[in-house]
Parts: sequence; structure tokens; C-alpha cells
Amino acid sequence: MKDTVDPPHARKAWMSLLAKAPEGRAAALFDAAMTRPDFTWLRRPEIGSVMVRGRAGGTGAPFNLGEMTVTRCALTLSEGVVGHAYIQGRRKADAEAAALIDALMQTEAADRLRADVLDPLAQDAKARRAERAARAAATRVDFFTMVRGDD
Amino acid sequence: MYVAVKGGERAIRNAHAWLAEERRGDPAVTELSVAQIREQLALAVNRVMAEGSLHDPDLAALAIKQARGDLIEAIFLIRAYRTTLPRFGVSAPIRTAAMACDRRISATFKDLPGGQVLGPTFDYTHRLVDFKLAAEGDAPRAPTGAADPGDVPHVMDFLNREGLIEEARPDDTPPPDLTREPLELPASRALRLQALARADEGFTLGLAYSTQRGYARNHPFVGELRIGAVAVEMEIPELGFAIEIGEITVTECETVNQFTGSKTEPPQFTRGYGLVFGQTERKAISMALVDRALRWEELGEDNVGAPAQDAEFVLYHADNIQATGFLEHIKLPHYVDFQSELELVRKLRRTAGADGMQEAAQ
Repeated sequence: MKDTVDPPHARKAWMSLLAKAPEGRAAALFDAAMTRPDFTWLRRPEIGSVMVRGRAGGTGAPFNLGEMTVTRCALTLSEGVVGHAYIQGRRKADAEAAALIDALMQTEAADRLRADVLDPLAQDAKARRAERAARAAATRVDFFTMVRGDD
Repeated sequence: MYVAVKGGERAIRNAHAWLAEERRGDPAVTELSVAQIREQLALAVNRVMAEGSLHDPDLAALAIKQARGDLIEAIFLIRAYRTTLPRFGVSAPIRTAAMACDRRISATFKDLPGGQVLGPTFDYTHRLVDFKLAAEGDAPRAPTGAADPGDVPHVMDFLNREGLIEEARPDDTPPPDLTREPLELPASRALRLQALARADEGFTLGLAYSTQRGYARNHPFVGELRIGAVAVEMEIPELGFAIEIGEITVTECETVNQFTGSKTEPPQFTRGYGLVFGQTERKAISMALVDRALRWEELGEDNVGAPAQDAEFVLYHADNIQATGFLEHIKLPHYVDFQSELELVRKLRRTAGADGMQEAAQ
């Protein structure tokens, strides 16, 4: 086990990826990669809400736009590593998988999980985004001016 | 005299059983799944999320199914569910400048960085009923093009460079939350924007239209309308840093409004702002127009007495759940109230009748 956790930016990146993964996807990749370790709950999966804020004019003072559903949980592996999950939607099983992955990413299993779970999730996300962007690009207007004149 | 009325239980139970049967409709017709509603009636789902003030497409789709397609009833279900959820926290303000845009148009500038991107729009359709949709067919596929990498800049930034438009200066005042404290006047712009974001689309549209027709006319142009996905980031207290907890689709509308200046402000363009969950552009444009009309006081404009300028009128009547609750309660038993009114009318008539006879006798 590593004696220090990864720097926050790396952990932030994988937790963010897990939060946005489609339903069941992270759990399926995880179970294909390894058997789940034993753990104890620090906080069982719980469904709640987060108030989403926007800014007036996009850049001005914040205001409350509305809430979104979020599932969270926390657990600890037998060797004492703690994993957290905060993920979009009402998905207790996915939150459990995300918290386990978060904990294991702080152990020697990190490289394997990165290759088998996180990289595929990142590729999925990139592909989904690229597909929509390509469709949007096809609807971009190419203005041209009709030539008028006397000559 | 107070008369206790009982005996409705069996009728209510049977009414609800019949409701369930009617909801299902003809059993020979395939049942609609929640996933079908989420995917194929997505704009209804978006409206329920926006006015239910809770982003959760599956839940909104289920509510639409339960409500038999009555969207205000579905919004009611979502609002009721929302109150059962513990609040984990508040997000950092979403960054719409970093939106992955499905659609982005400007009515004020033809050529602008990032271009005019139409997206999946009803605009320019002929509004003719498409009978082909009545037959099952293959899933259509849209053409693709080469996308530019990078964020699409906001149109307002260009006008800002010339100083011709008011700026929306960064400010981190924590906003009031009308889900926690009752709505009180005067309402700050942050509170008004929250109320408008979840306001009834029809009511907001009607008010916005009234400003265009001359009731507090403010000459709006759609400076920019964009629809797309943004990440939602929240500081996690147990970690001490922020993570993205999800991604949501929102519609943002910025209007550019003519403004000739006032005692305190130079002639410049002013702005109205709309931001709504989902692909909901009619609502977002309406919100921006009403937001701008309600800003008359801070901009030093005249109150011409138009409904859209009256914050009390707008904010206290824009919520369709409050409105429908109060409106629909009058159909519930008011037997005792009505008995007293009946007695009063009878008494007044007796008195009037007696007076009438007296006059006739004189």
C-alpha cells in the first residue's frame, strides 16, 4: 500500500469520471477486472440532492438554478484505505462500485484499475462528447453572400 | 352546527383503481416504458425537470407516466419527492462558457467565433404533421461534420470589449434559496432568477410576450442562445477539494436590450438572462425577457405599471404548483362554508323582501 494518497488532482479526475459514468458501466468494468475486496461501510449509499447554481449573465452573481439527485457513500478497505463516492442520479450499486474503485486507486491495484476501468470510461466519455460535437458541427451555418452588382 | 362527513373511503379507493386502469389504457396496446418516455418524449421530461426543479431524467419520465402525461401533475410529484431528499450541498456555479454546445445561435451577430450552430431544432421545419412517424421505421441517423476543439466563447464578450453593454461582474454573494426561506419582497435578482427558472412555462411565456407587445417594452434581441452539457462541480467536505458530481444539459439565453440611459447609467445595451434545465429554449428566452423587465428599478427606468415589471405579481403567480394547489382546492368539499353562505343569502333576501313590502305599503 502506498503511504500517501495520490495528489488531489488525480483523485479529483477519477472521482469526476466515476460520477458521470453511465448506469452500470463502471461496475461492469470493475467486476471484469478483479474480484471485489472486503470492506466495511463508513456511510451506506444514500440518495440526496445538490443545489445547482448558475450565475446571472453567465459571469455575475450566483443564483440557485435547481437541484439534482446525487448518491453518495463511503467505505473502508480491510487495510484501512477510505473510498468515497458522490455520483449523479439515484444509483446505490454504482455508488458502491465507485467508492471501491476510489479506495483501490489508492493501493497497488491502481495501475490495473486505471487500465481496465478508468481509461475505458474516459474513452467512452470522449467518444460520446465527440459524437454530439460532430452532429452539432454538421448543423453549423456556412453563410455566403449572393453576388449583386452592375458589372 | 358541524356535521362530520364520512363514507368516501370506498369511493376514493375505487376511483384510484379506475385511475390505474385508465392510465394503462387498452391492454392490447404495448405498455409505455419509463426509458421510452425518457428517450422519446425528452422535451416533456426536460420541462418536468425544470419546473419540478430537480434534474433527474428517469424520475421525471416516471412522473410523466404516473401522471398520464399531465405535466403539471408530474411536476407536482417531482416537487413532493424533492422535499424527501437530504441536501448534500450546493454546487459551484456552472460554467456555461465551457458548455459542450449542441446548439448555439445569435440573432445579433452573423459571423462569430464558433459559428451559428442550429442543433436539433424545430426551427425551419414546416410544421406539417409527418405521417411517416405513424409507421415504425429505422432509427434515423444525423450527418456529422468536423468539430472545432475548445470552448465556444460567449457572444457578450465581443460587445463588452467596446464597453457598449453592461457587464455581469463576478460576485460571490451567497444567493437566497426559496426552497429554504419563504419568498419575501423586495426580491433580489438572484431570488427572482431562481423563481423564474422553475416558473410555469406558459405563464412566463405570456408575460414575456406582453413585454414584446408594449407592456414594458424593452426591445430585446437574442444575443445568444446555447444548449448543451455542462459539468456540475461541488466541494466535498470530507475530501477538502471539489470534484465533478455529474453533467447536466441546460439552456442559456442572453438578451441584448436597447437602453437609452438613465440618471445613473450611460446609454448602452442592457441584458436579460435565462437559464433552465434541459433543452427548454422557449422557457429560457421567456425567462430572459421577464428578468430584464423586472430589472427596471436597478436600471433607473420608469415603472409603467406593466404586469411584467411587478415583481410581486410575477413571483407570487409564476409557480404552477402553488397556483394549482390553491386553484384546485376549491373543488374539494366546502359543504360547511357553503352552508353558511347559503344562510346569509337567504337572510339578506328575507330582509330585502320585508323592506320591499314595507315600501310598497307606504
